Amino acid sequence: MTITHIPHPDLPPPLTSVGVAGWLRRNLFSTPLNTLLTLGAFYLLYRLLPPMVNWALLDADWSGTGREACSGDGACWVFVRMRFIHFMVGFYPEGEVWRPVAAFGMAGLLLLYLLINDLPHKGRVAGFTLLVFPCIAFFLFYGGLFGLPVVETHQWGGLMLTLILSTVGMLFALPLGTLLALGRRSSMSVARALSVVFIELWRGVPLITVLFMSSVLLPLFMPEGIRLDKLLRALIGISLFQSAYMAEVIRSGLQAVPKGQYEAADALGLSYWKAMLLIILPQAFKTVIPGIVNTFIELFKDTTLVLIIGLFDLLATVQGSFTDSKWLGFTAEGYIFAGLIYWLFCFSMSRYSHHLEKKLHTGY
Amino acid sequence: MEGRGHSVCSAYALRVMSRSEAITRWWNQAGNRALLFQVLLMLSVVLFFFLIGATALSNLEKQGITSGFSFLSQKAGFGIIQTLVSYNESSTYGRTFLVGLLNTILISVLGIICATALGFLIGIARLSSNWLIAKLSAIYIEIFRNLPLLLQVFFWYFAVLRSLPLPRNSLQLGDWFFLNIRGIYIPRPLPEQGFVLLGIIFLMSIAGICALKIWARKYQEKTGTELPLLPASLAIFIIPSAITWFTTGQPLYWEVSSLQGLNFKGGLIVIPELAALLLALTVYTSSLIAEIVRSGILSVNHAQTEAARALGLPQRKILRLVVIPQAMRVMIPQMTSQYLNLVKNSSLATAIGYPDLVSVFAGTSLNQTGQAIEIIAMTMAVYLTINLTISWLMNRYNARVLLQEQ
Repeated sequence: MTITHIPHPDLPPPLTSVGVAGWLRRNLFSTPLNTLLTLGAFYLLYRLLPPMVNWALLDADWSGTGREACSGDGACWVFVRMRFIHFMVGFYPEGEVWRPVAAFGMAGLLLLYLLINDLPHKGRVAGFTLLVFPCIAFFLFYGGLFGLPVVETHQWGGLMLTLILSTVGMLFALPLGTLLALGRRSSMSVARALSVVFIELWRGVPLITVLFMSSVLLPLFMPEGIRLDKLLRALIGISLFQSAYMAEVIRSGLQAVPKGQYEAADALGLSYWKAMLLIILPQAFKTVIPGIVNTFIELFKDTTLVLIIGLFDLLATVQGSFTDSKWLGFTAEGYIFAGLIYWLFCFSMSRYSHHLEKKLHTGY
Repeated sequence: MEGRGHSVCSAYALRVMSRSEAITRWWNQAGNRALLFQVLLMLSVVLFFFLIGATALSNLEKQGITSGFSFLSQKAGFGIIQTLVSYNESSTYGRTFLVGLLNTILISVLGIICATALGFLIGIARLSSNWLIAKLSAIYIEIFRNLPLLLQVFFWYFAVLRSLPLPRNSLQLGDWFFLNIRGIYIPRPLPEQGFVLLGIIFLMSIAGICALKIWARKYQEKTGTELPLLPASLAIFIIPSAITWFTTGQPLYWEVSSLQGLNFKGGLIVIPELAALLLALTVYTSSLIAEIVRSGILSVNHAQTEAARALGLPQRKILRLVVIPQAMRVMIPQMTSQYLNLVKNSSLATAIGYPDLVSVFAGTSLNQTGQAIEIIAMTMAVYLTINLTISWLMNRYNARVLLQEQ
């Protein structure tokens, strides 16, 4: 007679270790210290969150056209709503606002095309975006062609100026930074020394002093009769400053390219520039794209400093609108609105850079 | 005749050929090309600086500004709201420079200490096993590192500190701390007679603790026994100082601020500009440091922790002896660049009127004297020097903790 061993069915796990109760126990109340921390955090949230939600959403005033529409209990979003166009484009003439809208709409479409995977002719579209589109955008912003009235640069402002400063700074910093990075790794001692001095000098000083320099010293260095526009001076300063940071990012990419690639390019008899352009730089750029996006985020945040030399970017237009005697006392609303816009741009870019990092990490 | 002419011609052609050939041969040597290129590069840089220098000189002459550093001994004639050394309106521009420099150093040092402490706290909380704490830290990090620093400075200054009540209705914490639109008032320590003795005793006990530590380490290396260092150090730290404190009759007096008329008198005042800048720098930089701390701790191989546990080390020793030293190696270069950024970012003081170097020297003094080249060069040189010093110190520290590879 054979004995068959039939095990009892497994007992279910104790109720305290599964489901909601188990999750709470594991994640919130695992030790006495954790319990204390959890309770403290809950108390803090209870004291902070409801008043904030009440102020920003429930008690807030949304509709109306003047300051009388705001009761004063909550946030006064009417202020932001009435000033919205001013925050977006600064003192750009009202009848011409369609021009920046068209330019940024076009930029958005081009970017969307470049970001979606597996679309044809990406190289051509990228070339168009980098080389032709900036000219189109400039003529849309500035005017003077095809009967568009001229809008001087001192009327440009708001988010539009923030975006112009950061993208133009980036466009110039990329090639200049690449040259500097190549110079720093070059075997020619003069080129190397000049690149090192240039990079370390700009990286060692704050952007404010660079902006002061470009606004105060550049006119001194110009021969008489040549007057540089204030925006152009800021752009020169930002581009030089940014190219030093860009150079270090690109240099890290150059260092990551295996030595065999350099030797193989030499063995094929390629000249220095051909080896760099065809073999080394494409591989280096691929590894540093996330780093480039990160420096772009830094630049985007740093463009706020131009308000110190008297340009009206997003933060400066918001700051300037606080002095309007009709709308005194809405500083918190203004900063929160500006902060939200900056945050959305920076956060989405940093997520994108994170995503790229994962996608490009093919592992050698 | 004809033949001679031909031979002259061909000899000439030969000479020309050989010259062009020589040039080609010279050109084909990579070293020569590099030399030529570098000479041209050097010449163009020199020419560039010569041209802008000459233009600048002639422009300055037209504006009637004499270049040079003689303006530093002229009277500045403006007041500064916070000075660490004595300064008044009849002080010189040189003195202004010193005041600004000290204020910059003050905000940088305070900022580095606060941001490091808060950053470590949040970085560790980000890795906590407590879900709520980890998520809250993640939210903190994502909010503050994605907002421009200048916006944060403005927010703390204009939206928070400028909307505080007047001195009459100050917010207060106990009877010692007061908060109003003029600033934060804290008690000021005033040393009295006998304080020097206390200081000497204090320093001596610290030296004693160091000596004890060295001796204990030698003892442990010889015998393998670990001595209970903590109670002994605490005893050395507290007992002599406490005895001196009471025998000399408590030689430190805390001067508390009090409302007299419309304003507070006495005590130490932290001006709102300093408070706002410090808050913004701390919050912004700590969110970046927290990420560095997190990535540093995560970079330590899990096998290291397991090996330490297998050796029977208790949890806090695993952290102190195994995880943190290895995490530091990853963190130090990144921390260095954050510290450097903080020093540079302290120049945002200009925007709210905290009297730092850029604000009082590259701002007010430049506007008054017009000595743009000298002032901007001096300001940049200061930041360069501070940056190079910090990175030199951190590099030395980094070299000490670097992995010693065979």
